[in-house]
Amino acid sequence: MSQRNPAISKGVDWVLIWLYLALVAIGLLSIFSVTYRDGDSVIQSFLGFKTDYSKQFYFFIASVVLGLFILLTDSKFFTATANIWYAVGIFLLLLVFPFHTEVKGTESIIRLGGFNLQPAELCKVFVNLALAKFLSRVETDFSTPRSHLIATAIILSPAAITIAQKETGLALVFFAFFLVMFREGFPAGYLIAGFSIGVLVVATLLIDKIILALVLSGIGVAMIYFMRKQIKRKRRLLLSIVAIWGLSIITIVFVVPFLFTKVLQKHQVERIFSLIGKENPYAKLNTVEGEEAPAAVKKDTDYNVRQSKIAIGSGGVTGKGLLKGTQTRFDFVPEQRTDFIFCTIGEGFGFIGCALVLGIYLFLLLRIVNIAERQRSVFSRCYAYGVASVFFFHIAINVCMTVGLAPVIGIPLPFISYGGTSLLTFSTMLFILIRLDADRQMVLR
Amino acid sequence: MALFNQSRGNIIRLIFLGLFLIILVQLLNLQVFSGKYIEAAFNNAVFPKVKYPDRGIIFDRKNRAILNNTIMYDLVVTPSESKLTDTFSLCDILGIDTAEYKKRMLDARFKNGPYRPSIFEDLLTPELHARLDENIWKFPGFALVERPVRVYPFNAAAHILGYIGEADSGIIKRSRGFYRMGDYVGRSGLEAYYESILMGTRGVQYMIKDNRNRLVGSYENGRFDTAAIAGRNLRTSIDMDLQQLAEKLITNKVGAIVAIDPKTGGILAMASGPNYDPNSLTGPNKQKNYGALALDVAGPLLNRAIQGNYEPGSTFKPLGALIALDEGVITPSYGYPCGGRYFGCGHGKPACTHSNPGHAANLRLAIANSCNSYFVQVYRNSVDNPQYRGVKKGYEKWRDYLNAFGLGQRTGVDLTSEAPGLIPDTSRYNTVYRGSWNSCTNLTLGIGQDMMNSTPLQLANAMCIIANKGSYFTPHFVRDIDGQNDADTILNKFKVKHAVLTNISDDAYEAVHAGMQQVIDGTSSRAKIPGVNVCGKTGTAEKYRIIQGKRIKLEDNSVFVCFAPRENPQIALAVVVENSGFGNTWAAPIAGLMMERYLKDSLSVDRLKEVDRIHHSSLLPSYIPYLQYIEDSSRAANWLQRYKDSSILKKFLRERSKPPFPRSREKVKTSHAFVVPDPRLFNKNILA
Repeated sequence: MSQRNPAISKGVDWVLIWLYLALVAIGLLSIFSVTYRDGDSVIQSFLGFKTDYSKQFYFFIASVVLGLFILLTDSKFFTATANIWYAVGIFLLLLVFPFHTEVKGTESIIRLGGFNLQPAELCKVFVNLALAKFLSRVETDFSTPRSHLIATAIILSPAAITIAQKETGLALVFFAFFLVMFREGFPAGYLIAGFSIGVLVVATLLIDKIILALVLSGIGVAMIYFMRKQIKRKRRLLLSIVAIWGLSIITIVFVVPFLFTKVLQKHQVERIFSLIGKENPYAKLNTVEGEEAPAAVKKDTDYNVRQSKIAIGSGGVTGKGLLKGTQTRFDFVPEQRTDFIFCTIGEGFGFIGCALVLGIYLFLLLRIVNIAERQRSVFSRCYAYGVASVFFFHIAINVCMTVGLAPVIGIPLPFISYGGTSLLTFSTMLFILIRLDADRQMVLR
Repeated sequence: MALFNQSRGNIIRLIFLGLFLIILVQLLNLQVFSGKYIEAAFNNAVFPKVKYPDRGIIFDRKNRAILNNTIMYDLVVTPSESKLTDTFSLCDILGIDTAEYKKRMLDARFKNGPYRPSIFEDLLTPELHARLDENIWKFPGFALVERPVRVYPFNAAAHILGYIGEADSGIIKRSRGFYRMGDYVGRSGLEAYYESILMGTRGVQYMIKDNRNRLVGSYENGRFDTAAIAGRNLRTSIDMDLQQLAEKLITNKVGAIVAIDPKTGGILAMASGPNYDPNSLTGPNKQKNYGALALDVAGPLLNRAIQGNYEPGSTFKPLGALIALDEGVITPSYGYPCGGRYFGCGHGKPACTHSNPGHAANLRLAIANSCNSYFVQVYRNSVDNPQYRGVKKGYEKWRDYLNAFGLGQRTGVDLTSEAPGLIPDTSRYNTVYRGSWNSCTNLTLGIGQDMMNSTPLQLANAMCIIANKGSYFTPHFVRDIDGQNDADTILNKFKVKHAVLTNISDDAYEAVHAGMQQVIDGTSSRAKIPGVNVCGKTGTAEKYRIIQGKRIKLEDNSVFVCFAPRENPQIALAVVVENSGFGNTWAAPIAGLMMERYLKDSLSVDRLKEVDRIHHSSLLPSYIPYLQYIEDSSRAANWLQRYKDSSILKKFLRERSKPPFPRSREKVKTSHAFVVPDPRLFNKNILA
């Protein structure tokens, strides 16, 4: 490649840049096809900062400028300031409590003039940096439970603050960093245990409690029976089987109802139950006196996903074509320029378009993993895995939500969804990665 | 350790790949294998807007439109856009207060939501439309929308033409979803009978709607739209001049006039009294007007020409003679020695108006003099015909004749809810007389009494049989449908000639005709038309009515049937005027005027004076105001009790003072004075 300015472009991974540009272009096209109305003057509104696609375009310009600045920065800057950024992030998150403005039910936004600042979004970058910094420290031995605990605390403290700001979707994103920890030697057992609890919770929702408890007890008895020889040798095995059984039963009988009545908010519970297509059995417990009837809520939560599935499903194999989709053109899908942007692609360009976009995403993710694996510095590798994990989490949850595989969680689709903060954040994450990758020959600590 | 780490990187790659595969499978499921979402998206966004065709127009025999379409205007409002409306000014124009305005806005929101237009005030009067049209710019969110409305240019023939109304749930159910809520269908008269032809074919315009159900444009530039095909026009046999005359003559009377062209069976005029203005059921006040008509005890909505049951009385006599002639039990020269009473059954009943010898020496004289004894004897000869062995067989045969004449069963006229009249069958007599009866038991059937009942249309149709010498066409209004093709079988039954009498010689018919002509030339001079030979027959039927448990004899019903000219019959008529006395006093002159108007196409000045005299004579039975008062006051009392609002009384009580109890015409010795009961007593709770 012949670059005019070797100082900046040296070592830059151009594949990532092209993928980035392709995704942003797809995003602009999708937002355009939702927002455009017959007779609008395209060029005028594109330059006018009036329509959503023009705003997104200017945010893209801003992202590119920011990206250039990042590329011009010394990569040592990020390792050096990672902890400071983390502190700033936590401070900003705490600042939200006294200064937040309530927008659409969330309490996580600070209004600065005409600009909505959502510190939880920015924290993704900061947590990623801080986690990479912690894992790459010379003195960190990531096989000790103590370091596991510290790493978990780094991830989950912003998540806890975000949950307190009623922004569960963004908080969930922080759990994606467990993938980084897994890559760096976090015992798989923890993840399997966490995954098992998740499966158990879902099973509790789907299957009758008593039947589930009986089935689990049966499995436990069977295990004791088949492992009786090992148990004879090792008494602790019996104890652990009984302990797991006891924990399962406690989860089924106490934890799940507690989770669904006290921890999760009502609309979230409704969304989960509308996904699995069941009546909410906790509706009465959830309903505060004077609120609307649960039936009306159910219909409402159902509406988004139903319309989204109709939009995607009606696209067929080849799609209806740009600006031809009736579902997206006439606002049947709520939030379709932000969280439900994937509908627009599904309706307009059909299965082929969806597969293409997903292919680009998959290529991007695998490319980032490849980049991560070629790093000599642990910091860079951890950071790259962090980027891949966050992107993956966003893509998976968002697309699964629009096709009806996950409950409605309001998180954006990277680079495609409309939204200045999210585009800036994702671009920043990507450009820092490119910067770090460009200096992969240096060993950073 | 390196290997271990490497495999963890691969595990992460596998997790990525696995989840993307799951998503891809779900996408395949949604987009490729499941077809229902395409339909769901279509239903979401495309609204098939029904385009209503113009209803067919109905013409009279001179091709004048007697039922047409016109445009009226509705004021519609889109609530979400009406924030800046000058409410006071609008309320001022419409004559409503702001509370009513708010109520209607709420109704509109409730009905169609805030983003779609709903009717604010329907069917504006022309004055109101003009004022609103001028000021509509002051009322954003409001618009005037055209709406096709039926109009009756002659203000006549209400009972024949009928009216349209919104389809109710019963109609929608019976049509198996063809009609929808808000569709207009014919509810009575020709509008109902020819609904399938008049309504036309609905078109569909596919419109795109948005998430708030607002229509935002046509779908695929109207590629799938179908045009509405206007309903087809009907050509009727009605002579609108004659119809208007008939309605003028029946004004303020209870009764009916039916005029038929015997050659085709086409009905020339059919009037029922009291009648109503058909345009009152189309305009802005149609609900109010309909309410008033429905609550009127005189029954203006009733078409007495096909629904009124009247005793034919003496007008039946020529028919009785025809049956006997066809059976061969009498000849035109058959005579009966009547001395003023019929003694054939020993009790000397019925009496006869004539007692001079020879007034029933033959058929012609018997008809001319309307001899009761003669026709009772003729009836008994018919049913006791030895050929049939027994009175019941003979009676059944006799009844079959009448049914063939169109009496005792529906004639099949092209109107809905026709009454069949009544010719009792043997089982009825068996029930009443416990199986033991003979021709003496019901001998007054021979003079059109006993249990016999018929509608004026049936009487007019019977006249057609006499005029046509033994045949008739099913009476009907519609002679032609525009653009008629083989698929239209609806008119076929009106083209069939029913030959019901086959064994009667021309001489015998001439004898009947001569007798009927002599009726006109003799007693019934009021139906006489100079230069035209009219054949007719008067009838008088006694009428009783039970009012508040008291049987009261009312004035006799006046019945008159005729046809003219005798040589080449062009019009057959039946006229019934309730409670007006002898057939000759009111029914005959009405028939005379009708015939003259039709045959000579105009009326002379002194005949027009006669029209005016009859038009201005009110013969409404005296019991009607009384019944109306009872009806109104009990309704008022009911509402008063329910709402505790005395202004209701004012609204419901049309008459302030109580009309007198109807006087019985019967000369009976009443030993005690009749006490008029307080109408409030009928509502027991009111005094409590």
